[in-house]
Amino acid sequence: MPSIRFRLNGTPTEVDADPDRALLDILRGQLGVLGPHFGCGSGECGACRVMVGDRAVTACDTPLWSVADKDITTVEGLGNAKHPHPLQRAFIAEQAMQCGYCVPGILISAAALLKQNPKPTEAEVRTALDRNLCRCGSQNRIVRAVLRSAGEMP
Amino acid sequence: MSNTAPKLPVSLAVNPRLSSWVRFESDGEVMVLPGKVEIGQGIVTALAQIAADELDVDLSRLRMVRATTAGSPNEGVTSGSLSIQQSGRALRQACAEIRHIFIAAAADRLGVEASALDVSDGTISGPGNVSTSYWELAEEVSLDRDATMGVAAKPIAKRALAGQLVERLDIPDKVFARPRFIHDIVLQGVLHGRVLRPEQARAKLLALKEDGARKITGLIAIVRDGNFAGVVSETERGAETALAALRKDAKWSAGDALPDENDLAAFLKAQPVESTVIDTRTAAAPSQTARTLRRQYTRPYIAHASIAPSCAMAQWSGDRVHVWTHSQGVYLLRADLALVLKLPAENITVEHLEGAGCYGHNAADDVALDAVLLAKAAGGRPVRVQWSRADEMTHGPFGAAMAIEIEADLNAKNEIVGWRHSIWSNGHVARPGRAAKPALLAGYELADPFPRTISANPPQANGGGGDRNSIPLYDFPAWTIESHRLLTMPVRTSALRTLGAQGNVFAIESMIDEIAQLRGEDPVAFRLRHLSDERAKDVIRAAARRANWKPAAKAGTGYGVGFSRYKNTGAYCAAVAEIEGDEDIRVRKLWLAVDVGEAINPDGVMNQIEGGAIQATSWVLKERVRFDGSRITSNSWTDYPILRFSEVPQVEVEVIQRSDIDPVGAGEAAHSPVTAAIANAVFDCLSLRIRKLPITRESLIAAMESPSS
Repeated sequence: MPSIRFRLNGTPTEVDADPDRALLDILRGQLGVLGPHFGCGSGECGACRVMVGDRAVTACDTPLWSVADKDITTVEGLGNAKHPHPLQRAFIAEQAMQCGYCVPGILISAAALLKQNPKPTEAEVRTALDRNLCRCGSQNRIVRAVLRSAGEMP
Repeated sequence: MSNTAPKLPVSLAVNPRLSSWVRFESDGEVMVLPGKVEIGQGIVTALAQIAADELDVDLSRLRMVRATTAGSPNEGVTSGSLSIQQSGRALRQACAEIRHIFIAAAADRLGVEASALDVSDGTISGPGNVSTSYWELAEEVSLDRDATMGVAAKPIAKRALAGQLVERLDIPDKVFARPRFIHDIVLQGVLHGRVLRPEQARAKLLALKEDGARKITGLIAIVRDGNFAGVVSETERGAETALAALRKDAKWSAGDALPDENDLAAFLKAQPVESTVIDTRTAAAPSQTARTLRRQYTRPYIAHASIAPSCAMAQWSGDRVHVWTHSQGVYLLRADLALVLKLPAENITVEHLEGAGCYGHNAADDVALDAVLLAKAAGGRPVRVQWSRADEMTHGPFGAAMAIEIEADLNAKNEIVGWRHSIWSNGHVARPGRAAKPALLAGYELADPFPRTISANPPQANGGGGDRNSIPLYDFPAWTIESHRLLTMPVRTSALRTLGAQGNVFAIESMIDEIAQLRGEDPVAFRLRHLSDERAKDVIRAAARRANWKPAAKAGTGYGVGFSRYKNTGAYCAAVAEIEGDEDIRVRKLWLAVDVGEAINPDGVMNQIEGGAIQATSWVLKERVRFDGSRITSNSWTDYPILRFSEVPQVEVEVIQRSDIDPVGAGEAAHSPVTAAIANAVFDCLSLRIRKLPITRESLIAAMESPSS
């Protein structure tokens, strides 16, 4: 098996695996990173989104070979309870979910947006999240949370 | 003494033992054991607010225990917007009695009158700085006694948390990706299972070649029992690969015939049915009917389409099995597992872990049986089974399609003098644990199969099923309401949010709107004139006021109103929709007003109403389960689209707080009025009455071509 290296949430990481396998399989399987969620397996729902460099991608249909030597950020890499990312703070403040299964992927799409566009308009937020599905109907709260966090970004 | 003591709340009557609800096992902590489960709606937080209030402890001291058959009270199923009503009332009463018992014990220990003692964050203190606490007394106070209703819960004014905005307890885990979902719980030594299901509806598995799958690294077992087949592997990847190999070489019979997806009404009306008269009202004085409007409304099958595929884990030890599930009813699932496995229920432990929102009876219970059957071949190791997206969209139960006919008799002034409402639909509930035969998918597939459950309807006293919300709340002088429940079921149906209410309210509110328009009367005024319940009128007035009813007409924009009281006994909700229409419909804004009685967590209520409004918009504009002659074809998000961020309307919600009225649930209150408001706004905008959901470009064209259908 070839060895593929990348940085996962800042940590140098090396995996031996078939390079055609989906990044999500590797993250959730051998690496035990469970933040990115499986939803559909075909890049349609966005629950599995991770950042590769500054771009949000669906990990379920991103082949492992394509992330060689790249920086991968999952929701775990955004922040934690002690040092929350402004988006995480804002999602709590706005109570921006019902079930929350889609949230890890949405946080990543939003984080990627804010990297490229620190002060997005509401329409820009909606466009950036358009490939993330939420079934509970929490979209407006989520948009409010993203706009709130944009105001708090350093 | 009066011997007419108040009755115990229903959940407490079934589980009267106080220690089944609350325990003080570790210092400074209160274990609370609700029988209801978190299904992503903040129920557990609202229950925690109630318990903390009644016990006078800080919310942070509560440990809310997930429901399990190993020790939680049996509260049946978490559904029907009943959790706050049932679990909340039971927990409030249990906690009130527990507080009282502890105060009595503290009075003994401290040598002061009970009436002089007070509780603050679990510390019980009185005059002269004497104090003790729940935890100091816990060893000598037994809660192994039954609730009596001998103590009243606190008056509303003394509740510190109920009615306040409280942050949900589960949200931090979810934003920081701490494992909480069943999908993210990794059991020691876990194996992975996958089940092979046919593409053609109910096809029989004629031949299974195992050679290909046997070659896959990590394979532990191939399980076959009649039409049920699956694999167990060391890894998830191995299980998926082995399943693909099995699928490639499997031979299936032809599938069963499915209805014509473009003429569901004709299908529904042609089936054998069980007919029930739901309600009749006879006019005191008969009036002359000048004309009768006859209209037919339909709604399609709707998928729960949970964002997570259903998942379960099971582990056998001898003839005992432990099951982890996101089912809405751990005891009910256990009952059906016992039937399938032919084991006593006590050999089976069913424990809840959170899943994604389910919105009713989805495949959560089915996948649990899959895991139990596959785990038999795992030599005592736990097996985790997760369905594919396609299976989730194909094999789980759907919300039932409905055809509804309304005939309205109008007098010479176009006032309603008679009303007939007839429903053709499969039953809306086939939940597990309710019948002598199990209602789990794999149970129908075994070599010695159980008969397929034909969905039933709950009685009107429990809100009805297909007939839910079919009895108008309007003061019409006469009516007949009839329900025709199908006795065949080619497409599997079970509980989806609101059961039949969404279809019935769509029909009633569309017809009302049409009659108001015929009379040249404002639809809000028309509704208010036909209602006598002030709470009903209040929500309609509040929604109309928020929307500035009725905003001036603009080309390409329309406004509509809809109202219902969920189940006719639950939450009141009114909605006004603003839409833009040309060849497509875009819902721009929804104004809602809701009255749930006492809103325990007003932000939680608002969250539920917003979510329901958006989900209903998705149902109305996008959703229908698709099928060809024998196969469900809407098995991906491309073929079963739901509303996206850019399509979501602005939603404004007013919660009418009525602290003196027992709370009811909010999760299903918005769907029906929003559905009707959108349909009525489409008419306002385009002068087209759409009577067939969903409202898509195709249905607009069809309505233009045959405007009276």
